[in-house]
Amino acid sequence: MSVLVFAESSEGKFKKSAFEVTSYGKKVSELLGTNMVVLTINSNEPSLLHKYGAQKIITVTNSNLTVFNAKIVSNIIKQVAEKESATTIIVDSGANGLYVAPLIAVELKAGYASNVTALPSSTSPFIIKRKSFSSKAFANCEISTDVKVVSLAKNSFGVFENEVVGSVEEFSATIVESGITSVSIEQTKGKVTIADADIVVSGGRGLKSGENWGMIEELASVLGAATACSKPVSDLGWRPHSEHVGQTGKPVASNLYIAIGISGAIQHLAGVNSSKVKVVINTDPEAPFFKAADYGIVGDAFEVVPKLIEKLKEFKSNNA
Amino acid sequence: MISMKILVCISHVPDTTSKINFTENNTKFDNNGVQFVINPYDEFALTRAMWFKEKQGATVTVINVGNASTEPTLRKALAIGADDAIRVNCEATDGFAVAKEIASVIKNGGYNLVLAGKESSDYNGAMVPGMVASLVDFSFINACIGLEIEGEKATASREIDGGKEVISTSLPLVIAGQKGLVEEKDLRIPNMRGIMMARQKPLNVVEPVNSENATAIASFEKLETKSSCKMIDASNVEELVHLLHTEAKVI
Repeated sequence: MSVLVFAESSEGKFKKSAFEVTSYGKKVSELLGTNMVVLTINSNEPSLLHKYGAQKIITVTNSNLTVFNAKIVSNIIKQVAEKESATTIIVDSGANGLYVAPLIAVELKAGYASNVTALPSSTSPFIIKRKSFSSKAFANCEISTDVKVVSLAKNSFGVFENEVVGSVEEFSATIVESGITSVSIEQTKGKVTIADADIVVSGGRGLKSGENWGMIEELASVLGAATACSKPVSDLGWRPHSEHVGQTGKPVASNLYIAIGISGAIQHLAGVNSSKVKVVINTDPEAPFFKAADYGIVGDAFEVVPKLIEKLKEFKSNNA
Repeated sequence: MISMKILVCISHVPDTTSKINFTENNTKFDNNGVQFVINPYDEFALTRAMWFKEKQGATVTVINVGNASTEPTLRKALAIGADDAIRVNCEATDGFAVAKEIASVIKNGGYNLVLAGKESSDYNGAMVPGMVASLVDFSFINACIGLEIEGEKATASREIDGGKEVISTSLPLVIAGQKGLVEEKDLRIPNMRGIMMARQKPLNVVEPVNSENATAIASFEKLETKSSCKMIDASNVEELVHLLHTEAKVI
């Protein structure tokens, strides 16, 4: 038995989550008293994972796999899991991790827990904490099958360096027929995405108009942050739907979430409360968001935000 | 031309504004005073199905795996316009078991397009559609934000981290949808005529194939309540920068 981690790369480069799932898998393997094997596909530099505790790295290089295909990848994971007698399979909770995990579960007749936020609290029975009720609660989920599949919620564990000496082994995988062809991919380049961002700056109806987003974008650019918005803002067409965060929009699990002119409806809070530190700037001292925040400023965004930008610029130049 | 026989998976979930509480030593969801609705993600799937019914002559069956208490939610889906409903008569406590029940109905019913929400807003398992696809060996698109069908050919788009991917595939197909599959403003709600008609539509109760559970919920936890928010004066913004750096250590 072993722990198998799928460390995903895009255009040859590891996603940030690859280091987090590897760090996490290492700890899980220690708890289970077994070894960890990490699988990568078309990574330029698989040996980078040694730094996060990966001794044995298996790499698949195949020009047919430059675009992610869930059916093919789930089958490769099955092939490697069987070869390595893996009984715990760990993936991330990105778009591809969540796509592939249920397919792996069926391939391996495994119970699956998605959006897991912690190490197993018990290994026998195997009990693991995961988000539920749209992040308003957690469920401690017992997986009773021999093989277990886990997807780790982004930013819930962290990245830990743990340099080890190890090997990188090439695996020649069988590629199954998938019945799915990728036609095109549109991805914003050079802009921090909400999914990847350490810091998210988000604006609400309190900003009064889409034309007032200049200062939100400037604040985001000073912080290297992604921009987001509340549901009413995207409904009003002030900002694109892709920026809508909350229960029915994108979830946010950043280190820092700055909410400006957002009152904090329960559905909005559900989508953002996985963020570690929340700052709320709002004119209304009774705004429910203050109850969920770590730091709050009661004040007019049009006065506070430009000052904040100025102070952050000073801070950045002093700490550069 | 092949006819589209659609099965829409409907989860019966607490209204999104519900207070979340637990009973029996935090092992059961407290549904006292809670109103149940069609899972918001499933509404996008159902509305898209109605579109295929009206424009392309598809038939639409809705399915729920659950006990009799979920029937009002299935009736609501019938009132929105589904032709008939199936309830698999068992408590849904594990995504894998639910997927096996739905897979069995698909095999017996000859459906060629299965539409579902990408997850339920209560347990957020995000697994049933993918598992169903894998069990019946249909193609599968997760987090689907657009779907067109022409004969057997399907063009779908899915959300990826930071963008979207357009995919070409074919029926039979399982779709796990979300906002974008239809726009939120286009979501259907039942009208009076629909509600009246729904009473006459068939709601068939079928017995489960009794799939074994792969997971169980040992207990629930509510979110820890935040230690109180540290308020900073609007004239003292540098204090916020200082705290974010030295105390929160996020900048």
